[in-house]
Amino acid sequence: MATYQEFIQQNEDRDGIRCSWNLWPSSRLEATRLVVPVSCLYTPLKERPDLPPVQYEPVLCSRASCKAVLNPLCQVDFRAKIWACNFCFQRNAFPPSYAGISDVNQPAELMPQFSTIEYIVQRGPPTPLIFLYVVDTCLEEEDLQALKESLQMSLSLLPPNALVGLITFGRMIQVHELSCEGIAKSYVFRGTKELTPKQIQEMLGLMKPATSGQQGKPLAPHDDSASCRFLQPVEKVDMNLTDLLGELQRDPWPVPQGKRPLRSTGIALSIAVGLLEGTFPNTGARIMLFTGGPPTQGPGMVVGDELKTPIRSWHDIQKDNARHLKKATKYYEALANRAAVNGHGVDIYACALDQTGLLEMKCLANLTGGHVVMGDSFNTSLFKQTFQRVFGKDYSGEFRMAFGGTLEVKTTRELKVAGAIGPCVSLNTKGPCVSDNEMGVGGTCQWKICSLTPATTLALYFEVVNQHNAPVPQGGRGAVQFVTQYQHSNTQRRIRVTTIARNWADAQSQIQHIESSFDQEASAVLMARLGVFRAESDEGPDVLRWLDRQLIRLCQKFGQFNKDDPNSFRLSESLSLYPQFMFHLRRSPFLQVFNNSPDESSYYRHHFVRQDLTQSLIMIQPILYSYSFYGPPEPVLLDSSSILPDRILLMDTFFQLVIFHGETIAQWRKAGYQEIPEYENFKQLLQAPLDDAEEILQTRFPMPRYVDTEHGGSQARFLLSKVNPSQTHNNLYAWGQESGAPILTDDVSLQVFMDHLKKLAVSSSA
Amino acid sequence: MNVNQQPHMASPYGQPQPGYGGGHVPAGYPAQYAPYNGPGSAHQQGPPQGMRGPPTSGAPPVTPAQNYSQFGQGDTQNGPPPMGAPPQRPSVSQPYTPGAVNLSGPQPPYNQQFGALPNSMQQMTNQMASMQVGSTAPSPAGPGYAPPSVSHSPVSAAYTHSAPPTFPPTSAAPTHPPPTEGVAQPPPQSYYGAPHSAQQSFPNAAPAYSAAGPTHPQAPPPVSQQSFPQAPPVSQPPFSTGPPPGPIPGPRTHSYGGPPPGAQASFQRPPLPASHPAAFPGGPTSHPAAFPGGPTSHPSAFPGGPPPTSAPSQMPGVIPPQPPVSQPTSYHSGPPPTAAGFTPQGGPPQRPPLSGMQAPPHMTSQGPPMVQANHVPPSQPGMPPVPPNASMSGPPPQPGLQAYPPQQNGAFGQVRGPQPGYAGPYAGQQNYGAPSAAPAPAPSAPKRLDPDSIPGPIQVIEDDKANKGSEPFTTGVRGQAPPLVTTNFQVKDQGNSSPRYIRCTAYNVPCNSDMAKQSQVPLAAVIKPLATLPPDETPPYLVDHGESGPIRCNRCKAYMCPYMQFIEGGRRFQCGFCSCVTEVPPHYFQHLDHTGKRVDCYERPELSMGSYEFLATVDYCKNNKFPQPPAFIFLIDVSYNAVKSGMVGMVCQELKTLLDYLPRENPDMESNIRVGFVTYNKVLHFYNVKASLAQPQMMVVSDVADMFVPLLDGFLVNVQESRVVIESLLDQIPEMFADTRETDTVFGPVIQAGLEALKAADCAGKLFIFHSSLPIAEAPGKLKNREDKKLVGTDKEKSLFQPQVGFYNTLAKECVAQGCCVDLFLFPNQYVDVATLGVVPTSTGGSIYKYTYFQAPTDQERFLNDLRRDVQKQMGFDAVMRVRTSTGIRATDFFGSFYMSNTTDVELAGLDCDKTVTVEFRHDDKLSEETGALMQCAVLYTSCSGQRRLLIHNMAVNCCSQLADLYRNCETDTIINFFAKYAYRSLLSSPTKNVRDSLVNQCAQILACYRKHCASPSSAGQLILPECMKLLPVYLNCMLKSDVLQPGADVSLDDRAYLRQLISTMDVAESHVFFYPRLLPLQKLDVESTTLPVAVRDSEERLSRGGVYLLENGMNLFLWVGANAQQELLQNIFGMPSFNHIDPSMTSLPALDNPFSKRLREIIETIRTQRSRYMKLMVVKQEDKLELIFKHFLVEDKSNNGGASYVDFLCHMHKEIRQLLS
Repeated sequence: MATYQEFIQQNEDRDGIRCSWNLWPSSRLEATRLVVPVSCLYTPLKERPDLPPVQYEPVLCSRASCKAVLNPLCQVDFRAKIWACNFCFQRNAFPPSYAGISDVNQPAELMPQFSTIEYIVQRGPPTPLIFLYVVDTCLEEEDLQALKESLQMSLSLLPPNALVGLITFGRMIQVHELSCEGIAKSYVFRGTKELTPKQIQEMLGLMKPATSGQQGKPLAPHDDSASCRFLQPVEKVDMNLTDLLGELQRDPWPVPQGKRPLRSTGIALSIAVGLLEGTFPNTGARIMLFTGGPPTQGPGMVVGDELKTPIRSWHDIQKDNARHLKKATKYYEALANRAAVNGHGVDIYACALDQTGLLEMKCLANLTGGHVVMGDSFNTSLFKQTFQRVFGKDYSGEFRMAFGGTLEVKTTRELKVAGAIGPCVSLNTKGPCVSDNEMGVGGTCQWKICSLTPATTLALYFEVVNQHNAPVPQGGRGAVQFVTQYQHSNTQRRIRVTTIARNWADAQSQIQHIESSFDQEASAVLMARLGVFRAESDEGPDVLRWLDRQLIRLCQKFGQFNKDDPNSFRLSESLSLYPQFMFHLRRSPFLQVFNNSPDESSYYRHHFVRQDLTQSLIMIQPILYSYSFYGPPEPVLLDSSSILPDRILLMDTFFQLVIFHGETIAQWRKAGYQEIPEYENFKQLLQAPLDDAEEILQTRFPMPRYVDTEHGGSQARFLLSKVNPSQTHNNLYAWGQESGAPILTDDVSLQVFMDHLKKLAVSSSA
Repeated sequence: MNVNQQPHMASPYGQPQPGYGGGHVPAGYPAQYAPYNGPGSAHQQGPPQGMRGPPTSGAPPVTPAQNYSQFGQGDTQNGPPPMGAPPQRPSVSQPYTPGAVNLSGPQPPYNQQFGALPNSMQQMTNQMASMQVGSTAPSPAGPGYAPPSVSHSPVSAAYTHSAPPTFPPTSAAPTHPPPTEGVAQPPPQSYYGAPHSAQQSFPNAAPAYSAAGPTHPQAPPPVSQQSFPQAPPVSQPPFSTGPPPGPIPGPRTHSYGGPPPGAQASFQRPPLPASHPAAFPGGPTSHPAAFPGGPTSHPSAFPGGPPPTSAPSQMPGVIPPQPPVSQPTSYHSGPPPTAAGFTPQGGPPQRPPLSGMQAPPHMTSQGPPMVQANHVPPSQPGMPPVPPNASMSGPPPQPGLQAYPPQQNGAFGQVRGPQPGYAGPYAGQQNYGAPSAAPAPAPSAPKRLDPDSIPGPIQVIEDDKANKGSEPFTTGVRGQAPPLVTTNFQVKDQGNSSPRYIRCTAYNVPCNSDMAKQSQVPLAAVIKPLATLPPDETPPYLVDHGESGPIRCNRCKAYMCPYMQFIEGGRRFQCGFCSCVTEVPPHYFQHLDHTGKRVDCYERPELSMGSYEFLATVDYCKNNKFPQPPAFIFLIDVSYNAVKSGMVGMVCQELKTLLDYLPRENPDMESNIRVGFVTYNKVLHFYNVKASLAQPQMMVVSDVADMFVPLLDGFLVNVQESRVVIESLLDQIPEMFADTRETDTVFGPVIQAGLEALKAADCAGKLFIFHSSLPIAEAPGKLKNREDKKLVGTDKEKSLFQPQVGFYNTLAKECVAQGCCVDLFLFPNQYVDVATLGVVPTSTGGSIYKYTYFQAPTDQERFLNDLRRDVQKQMGFDAVMRVRTSTGIRATDFFGSFYMSNTTDVELAGLDCDKTVTVEFRHDDKLSEETGALMQCAVLYTSCSGQRRLLIHNMAVNCCSQLADLYRNCETDTIINFFAKYAYRSLLSSPTKNVRDSLVNQCAQILACYRKHCASPSSAGQLILPECMKLLPVYLNCMLKSDVLQPGADVSLDDRAYLRQLISTMDVAESHVFFYPRLLPLQKLDVESTTLPVAVRDSEERLSRGGVYLLENGMNLFLWVGANAQQELLQNIFGMPSFNHIDPSMTSLPALDNPFSKRLREIIETIRTQRSRYMKLMVVKQEDKLELIFKHFLVEDKSNNGGASYVDFLCHMHKEIRQLLS
């Protein structure tokens, strides 16, 4: 077998799976001693150009409590046309359509390379995609104009048969009727009154009139059109809607001096949810909220309209001084759950210089798999391009989005699923493979992911339930099957099944094997997700302490050292980077709220818990490239020592893309040498990071903030806050004439961190 | 009975007289009359009544001659004796001639005295002429009279006799006069007033007489007699001297005589009547009046006295005077009867009054015999005899005759007496007289009163027109009653508000509350602050007192007005209301002239006028901020019913043009008023009509439970700027909802929507709601159908007038706070609960218009005209009205469309030119006769251009310590207006029956009090009505019969609630015609004339089968076509050759090119412009089924609902009064 590196890579490419451990400890006790739980990162819709979907129904295990899908791990008796479920050992006969099955004529799902396979199934009539725009009109003229243009542009990107709807809000909420001709009609709601879904549907005229019994039939068609008044196929109302958007005016209600505009985001969303709920339940739909400020009235309000009352900060929250926080959060959670139940995703595009209440509203996107995009203005390329990218298409011309997904996890007997962390909600399905312990969203073996993209990645945590004294099945393997049902963007219903298996290992005898099967990247991300998940509810310091303890325990378990001798401490190669990840994670905005607004924290965390491993790692430990005349671009340590006068640095933190020109380079550039033909090479040097950055920008969603700065520039803070402060004002002189830039911080450097870690790890008293 | 007390009449005149007082000259009419009346009345009153009584009572049977003779005796005794009682007597025998002679004789003196007389004469002549006209008509009656004429001779004799006697009395009276003189004059005047009436009566009488050629001659004599009596009173001063009597009569006679023969004739006639029974009617009346005037009570006394005194025989004499009295008014008839009645009973009592007239007493003694004559005969004897004779002699007189008999029969028999008199007076009578019908009734129901003999509104209206219509009414004199609302007159503001703004129930207020309680006459003012003035009158001047705002009293905050007395050289002023002294601000200082008036008095409207406006400062504005211009919001029901009836299309179409005519102050400027549009069924649709939009935008608000306004900018717009968008919207609305199936509507949220819109725009304004059905959709203010006919007539009936939910009351309060006035146009096909829907309109100063079973083709015109007028009319917004009064009285109760959050401030979200507020006053202390009672009505409002203003109306009335003054200076139309509002409001808290009973009761008390304290003692069986209130019974009966108080089976609850609310804002003119519809005969229409034909009384008896009549009551307009109408007439009107071809469903007359058609259509137009609501024309063919509806408006007849006829009701009232007196 190849190295674990290769194995891991291969598995990831094929199944979209990264496991923390690639050998699984065979007993519960051992598993807990490993500190990092048996878990994996799973990307359900990982793009697989090489995987053509099959056009038939999957074959299911006939045991009602199992219903696992036939997979390559099953034992098959070709002659008896019988297969044994590898999860419950139920023996099942093949359906009649498999009559021709034989050793040499196997269906795809039995082939090993199809451990991940996708089925296209027929489930009722195809329903078009639905896009409901919820647009804030309390914007600056310029912003609104930009937004209007973006929205108009988006109409051309939508699938022609997609249904679109438009809700605008400010002080009032207007639900625009798109079907009418002549006078433009809209239904108006006030932003301060909470309405039940039923009321909303009644007021929109969506309820079947109770009295029309006797006229029921003739009225029926009329009713249909009535229910669709607000959601019309793009191709039909394209012009209409473009005009309507063009005529959108800023909210006309005067905003007195010293006040915020009254923005009824809460009700607007509730109407959007109610509208879809009443007309298209369980159909793929996106509610796209475009907002330019915090909700300031009605349920879900985040801050009052008095400008003298600033919007809540972390400080306020810690002091329990944010009066609307809990109420608003609860309100949006309830909304999010309703949307999730109906399979509708909610996107939030928030562009404002101040906070917009993402903290309160985040669950809308988090629970439904929607996007969150945060920018300074709708009139920035960050927003415009990000928004455009929402409608991006894949290699086969399909939209990179899927709807109404459910993920079901099945495990073999020794394993149980403890929970998931990602943009999902629990479907509360109890089953034999559900663990009593919860990690993340647990207590279920099914989750709903209302909106997915190929990058959507969930962290799944398992519990080994095999007792210590129970024999490990010889050569037995633990298996996990992921069944993802979803609505493809082309309206097909599809089912993707991924089945993985790992060998059991006895932790006492095979600890080295287990250690070497450790995937420190995946583990770092998985632990980070646990940390972030905890941070949502726990105090920041507690989470850090918990992370530290886990790290110390891991080091104690796998480190080689002499007791009480920090200098003797060594970690094997498979764990060597792990402490460093943890160091950066501790400093990351996911866990540190200092210098971040609550909105920003929410935004960062939102993306952290849904991106795949690579992106997540970038977020934890940004990548730093150095460009110089001395050689090709090279990755360098994310350390203050990498900041040199004659270098250009390119830092990718996922959210930001920073190009930093060293002091000398900056001076040269200022002097205009790049314009002089003789210094063509300098010009090329300047261009190199730009090209690389461009490449990253092309693929990243959401668009990162692009920062071009130089030594001493104010924006250099993005870089300085990320690098390991190996040189600070405290130790600058102690380190002598080392090149690099001192960071003015009291934060500990990686060196100090490691020293402490070693000391604690080797301490016999720990 | 009949005797209306002329006193009242007198009072009216009296007022004029005051003017005359200066010189008789001033008021030609009054003066003339006054003189006549005065003298005549004084004496006659007693006699007239008696006189008439006799006639009516069937005196005929009674020996008229005797009566006369008696009278004559009595009369002669009184004054004339010298005059030539002999001549008179002779005249009597030759009644007229002699009378004439006499007259001639006496007249000269008068002339001399009066000097002015000529004019008066002329006037008189004119009047006479007019009268004659009337009389001519009456001529038929004449026949009736004719008989009298026959008797005349006797009568004359009687008169002659009486005349003499009268004088003596007069002389006696004179004595009285002297004291009164200063004051007396007024009384005499009052008498005169009576005279006027008398004159009227005269005319009538005259006609009667005229009819009887011979009678005329007789008449003269009586005249002379009258003159005598009159002379005394009138001239009292002069008379007193002694010669007066003689001269006076002379003058008059002269005048009469003097006038062209024709005139003379006419005059003579009148006089004759006065003097003689016949004369009495006319002359007598005057006389009586005169008497009353002198001794206020006297009049009555006289009447009573004379008759009784006269004894049967004398009675005649006495009676004559009375008749005149009664004559003036319809009472004549009454008087006679009364006389008759009295004679028996009251004979003695009457005497007392005579007291002044010693002679009378004697008469009285004789009276008893009279009594015997009885009732009928006695009083009538004098007069009656004639009639009877006449009747006897000539069937034609039948009317008279008939009248008599009935009277005799009934307790009212007395009334009969008067009847004759009345009969004479009434123009209509002619018809009646002529009509065989009249006779018929008489025979058939002998007991019944002759309708002609009882006071009739038309007579009073015409008299008032004749007397007061030609001279401008100046408001400078305190305590004078203005002309009736039916009279066209010009007003000159000289310090009190024009009667167009304020009308009072009484212009002489009792000095203390005991008197007020005793009389039961309500003290109230009907105020129409923004009334539209005719083009020849100046609207109130706008006064700007600068930044510090209007000058006000420091204590009571009354505004600067003519009642403020400047003192200390002009440095301070003393408030007329509270007597507090306030510094005059330096910028307002002005020196005083030698009379203590400010030098600039006539340059400043607030110092010299009764009505003016102040420019308000910012202190008078809400939130200390000048108001925004107001807004109009149109809210249109687009449910199935509304669309189907065609209403929606019509409104939208009309609005397109109507929006160019929004109210504005400067006709050259664009209106500042902004407009907004909403449609609704069970949800509301707002429209964004911003000028920058290419197309209007509709915004649907379905959250009716919690209404709000979905947009601000673009909802309320300037019409000019957004014209294109608005037109596009109005074009599209009918299309959009053409196929609607929605039948449910909401209502509460509709008002809320408008209110919220105004709130959002921070302005006041008006909502026009066009609504079709009961709001049963789920929403605040949802209603259920509660129409339950079973409750009608029970104690629970009142609940049907109360709103069924409290929601609208709360809403109304909010509307008022914002200055949101609501006008409601209803288009119901079934019950919509007007009582509840109307709460907001009636609390916000709005109007309700109801078009039941609305059909575009037939009701279009009516609706659109109402809408146009409603949109265009001048109005004020967000108004507060406060009525301040001088110490001693206080405004205690208010009626109208408004809201009050405390006890003093009337809050009107909107106040338009048609709205009135009625204010009731009560005493809280004594008032002084010197200062009178003042009231100042201040209305703070926002004009249609957004200017904040204070409109001030000042009114001063006299205070009186004599009840008689109160009764002499009150206005029945206003009282009825007040009673109606009071009663209609009481419906909310009391069962209908109680309300009706208390109304009858209060009126009975009023009349009983008069009878007890002001009328001369007379038989209890005699119905004596104050001159000013003689129409109270007829109007009260009309009110009691109205659909609200006595519904027929076909009257829906909605209709009743609608009318109830409508009445609450009516002014006096509207309420008058509403209760007593105007019925114009058209068959003899003078196509050249520019005036409307003289109306006839609202009774079926007055309709001739060959005629065509127009009836209107401010709501409905009928054209009644008699079955025998001439073909030519029909051809002229309808272009149809025959009765059968007329299409009763037509709502407008064809425009035919003939003078008759043109004139008729002109008349209809004129009538419509007089009313605040457009009346749809309904053509009613006689004996068609529609006629039932029409008959409902013939208010003097018994109604289908069980409402009493006038005659029956009068009997009932009399009974009530007698009960109270006994």
